[in-house]
Amino acid sequence: MSLTLKKPALPSDDKRWRIVNGTMRRHGFSRDALIETLHTVQESFGFLDKPSIRFVAESLRVPPSQAYGVATFYHLFTLKPPGKHCCLICLGTACYIKGAPALLAAAEESLGIRPGETTPDANTSLTTARCIGSCSLAPAVVFDGETLGNADPSTLRQHLEGWHSA
Amino acid sequence: MNTEELEQLAKDAQAAQHQSPRSLNVCLAAGCLTLHSEAVKGALDAEVKRTGAGCRVRGVGCMGLCSLGPLVTSEPGDSLYKKVGSTDAPEIVAATEASPVSRLLCSREQPFFQHQVNIVLENSGRIDPERIDEYIAVSGYQALLHCLTELTPTQIVQEISKSGLRGRGGAGYPTGLKWGTVAKSIGANKYVVCNADEGDPGAFMDRSVLESDPHRVLEGMILAAYAVGANRGYIYVRAEYPLAVKRLTTAIREARRLGFLGIQICNTQFSFDIEIRIGGGAFVCGEETALIASIEGKRGTPRPRPPYPAQAGLWEMPTLINNVETFANVPAILRRGADWFAAIGTAKSKGTKVFALSGKVRNVGLIEVPMGMTVRQIIFEIGGGVPEGRKFKAVQTGGPSGGCIPEQFLDLRVDYESLKEVGSIMGSGGMIVMDDSACMVNVAQYFMEFCMSESCGKCIPCRAGTAQMFELLTRMTKGTATLRDLELLEELCDMVSNTSLCGLGQSAPNPVLSTLHYFRDEYLEHIEQKRCRAGVCPCSTTPSAPQKVSQ
Repeated sequence: MSLTLKKPALPSDDKRWRIVNGTMRRHGFSRDALIETLHTVQESFGFLDKPSIRFVAESLRVPPSQAYGVATFYHLFTLKPPGKHCCLICLGTACYIKGAPALLAAAEESLGIRPGETTPDANTSLTTARCIGSCSLAPAVVFDGETLGNADPSTLRQHLEGWHSA
Repeated sequence: MNTEELEQLAKDAQAAQHQSPRSLNVCLAAGCLTLHSEAVKGALDAEVKRTGAGCRVRGVGCMGLCSLGPLVTSEPGDSLYKKVGSTDAPEIVAATEASPVSRLLCSREQPFFQHQVNIVLENSGRIDPERIDEYIAVSGYQALLHCLTELTPTQIVQEISKSGLRGRGGAGYPTGLKWGTVAKSIGANKYVVCNADEGDPGAFMDRSVLESDPHRVLEGMILAAYAVGANRGYIYVRAEYPLAVKRLTTAIREARRLGFLGIQICNTQFSFDIEIRIGGGAFVCGEETALIASIEGKRGTPRPRPPYPAQAGLWEMPTLINNVETFANVPAILRRGADWFAAIGTAKSKGTKVFALSGKVRNVGLIEVPMGMTVRQIIFEIGGGVPEGRKFKAVQTGGPSGGCIPEQFLDLRVDYESLKEVGSIMGSGGMIVMDDSACMVNVAQYFMEFCMSESCGKCIPCRAGTAQMFELLTRMTKGTATLRDLELLEELCDMVSNTSLCGLGQSAPNPVLSTLHYFRDEYLEHIEQKRCRAGVCPCSTTPSAPQKVSQ
């Protein structure tokens, strides 16, 4: 009887699964690589869906419940596909004191969605952060990875409308 | 690597710098990068190439005064330029051979720089964080080599104890005592963990240290590992800090290349290696037992202590967990001696503390001051006071676990004990200044919302208590609360702080308690008159809200 456990088959022949497998291999398929692997899945695919969580769980021999628990516990993991663009509003204390609530209200009104949601046309996702550490530029907004400091509601609206017309 | 080789490396690096003494240093830490300092560096590079000026352009770490970025320094002379744009490049490059560009000059003589004492930040803004030779040129890894070859682990623990260094993560536990406990614990493996999960909103000290001088943290960790007998280390960094992760990765690779990490470090029998673990955006993971669970690949939920991680931590093995800033202090202490360090600061709090000064204050940025400086000096001299002619109201320290310090305590000397006495904590070092446009009930509600959504849900007092407190505070901001609600809030504060499992829940009521203590009249105004004097809360926009009586 062989003691080697069979590795699960890749969910699809998408090349990105090789990157995911690479992360697990680098950690010797040990169970504590769960979070690292989920990070890689999210970086590669943009979000975690059930087949990918199941695949990672089986590969690392952790119960699917634990993998799902981890995926839902950490704020950074998302189970929904993100929009084409992402607008992140920092709600750290410095930003909050300097007017982040007004920015959030403007973004919600302009996009018609709440934080954590994506517009129905899958164009823009709106998210908030606890603190991005750019307190010297408060209030800060991140548009697709680019931080805008000293933001005000009108420039925020312009930016969001620019995405929509593009 | 032996002492002679290290000295040779340092000499080589210094000689290279002397060969072309003129250099332009561009801040490439997060604050200035956001203001496009990378483009400024590109423009300076191009200009130097075009004119053939014999001057180096280097990317360095944070220079502190983030609100005036992008910052550039010009050597020799150490002129500091503020708000530099790409179009300023020709003038700045030309000025390296003449007098500085007065239009962009930022005085080093101002209190912001004069009142600081730099230990942790001594290399920040002066060396290229991505080059190990620059760290070695400023005596980097000297302490490590000296300790590995001349001191026993016990002597190192004694030296750290003697220095009086206390944990910079917030609680202020004596570092030497912690190291001693781990050193004495018995286990097949021991681990050293660096807590870089800087979750407090308004705090960016650890981020700056990691981005500006990563080798310093590594050296501190290696020394700690030698002192406690560990051979594996982890740095747990927030995923929100991609640049810090990148620079740490480079630093670890470079340190391995020169044999400061890996098997038989510096030709001794001691082996140690470090791995980076990236967090998942959970505030509770800053709590040490939750952090351990997260490194093990589990949900970041805390567990009861004892046993403390020093006895049974990562994989039930003795584990030393210290904050970034604590580790960053270690090389300086072991290089310059415990007595030198103990001479700085107050009787019970030694050394310096790095603060991230932000909010309604003129000079926003990163500062390092000796323990015992007054809050007034920090905010009004270093920080330059409150802008726009507004009035100072309070300063928030310690994030969601801390409190608000009102005006009457401006002359308080900052150290672990005195901050605790007035209802706040040292915390990791965020200092957010608030002026009279801030409403204290609103601020308390903001922090309670934070704790409510960051509660991991394991213990009921924290999970349910924070939600109930948030609900009560929301009622107050809406002008629908009664005096009975205020009583209930106070009862809940007491219950949650005394019965929660971990530090998050135990300290969650602090922002409410401190604002209630110093700004009770504001709470009463919200309840009795449905009025918010700062005009922030919803109740102030509907002054005619009908009085709702629930009794």
